[in-house]
Amino acid sequence: MNETLTGASAADPPAEAEETVAQKRSIRWSTFVVWGAVLAILGLLGWGLINANQTRPEAGVVAPSEFEMEFFDGYQWQDMSVASLEDMKGNVVVLNFWASWCVECRVEADLLESAWRQYRDRGVVFLGVAYVDSEAKSLAYLEQYGISYPNAPDLGSAISDEYEITGVPETFIIDREGVIADVVIGPVNASRLYGQLDRLVVQ
Amino acid sequence: MRALRFYTLALLLLLLGLAITVQAQEPVTDDEVNEIAKDLFCPVCENTPLDTCPTQACQDWRDEIRQMLTEGRSEAEIQDYFVSRYGARVLSAPPREGFNWIVWILPVAAVVIGAVVFGRYLLTLQDSKDTEGSTIDVAQSTAPVPPPAADDDDYLSRVEKEVREG
Repeated sequence: MNETLTGASAADPPAEAEETVAQKRSIRWSTFVVWGAVLAILGLLGWGLINANQTRPEAGVVAPSEFEMEFFDGYQWQDMSVASLEDMKGNVVVLNFWASWCVECRVEADLLESAWRQYRDRGVVFLGVAYVDSEAKSLAYLEQYGISYPNAPDLGSAISDEYEITGVPETFIIDREGVIADVVIGPVNASRLYGQLDRLVVQ
Repeated sequence: MRALRFYTLALLLLLLGLAITVQAQEPVTDDEVNEIAKDLFCPVCENTPLDTCPTQACQDWRDEIRQMLTEGRSEAEIQDYFVSRYGARVLSAPPREGFNWIVWILPVAAVVIGAVVFGRYLLTLQDSKDTEGSTIDVAQSTAPVPPPAADDDDYLSRVEKEVREG
């Protein structure tokens, strides 16, 4: 009995030492994982904050154009059912976000259509983007106001995301080089719209 | 007689068909619409589910859901339609695909990793307590004066004898 105890106590110190080393290693590993997870979460939060703080593109910056517009039937641009802003480069573009449920949009509807008819042959393209709107309601709205310029739904909210709009109506006037010349929040008024178009078509 | 049976059967089948048709054309109820609408969010009214949102945009969406239900489309088909048209943000929970998996996996992973780390920490505490306990036992066992052994008795008696003899 004594021999057994003596033998065990003789073997104990190295075993305990090994166990302690193993524990220390596992603790180090756990610490590494925890800090890794904390850093990953902080990174994600930071990335989210940076994205959330993106603001609407302003006058003077290149207009976002990483999207394609799938036009409503009967509202194509130059007989193209799908087009991008790149296709329209060289033209002045009036990009107008609207919705059939938007009361303020109705205020500017006649003015936009009237301006389109006046400037369409002078290298100006009007583009309507229906924001968060059902297709049937959008088409009914276009018909009601006799709108004839190209119009498309904002599929997947891709276009409104690019332009970081905060509501409708919002209008971006883009020059021939693809740079934003003016941003109008709320209904467009005639003097501002015509003033910008007159300036941009001669550039 | 056989002809009568035939006509009776034909009439029954016709009535059954009519009943099914009438049932299929029953108007879609608000509850059925809201059952789908409660899991959708209109981008215009963030944080307000579609079934309770009072805006015109949301009313239009609910009308669309009603129309699609009337056409016999399933909940999944209706959700897919809204996602394709307005983006995945309209869903109450992100779809389980691509980068979105992080949202689903991270909380579970955090709980599991936390539990493992906490468990290991508790084990470490337990081990250190055991070690301290055994050290104290040894200390306590050596503290009392041991009873004199037989060799000691012999030694003491010899010393006493030498002292007596001078």
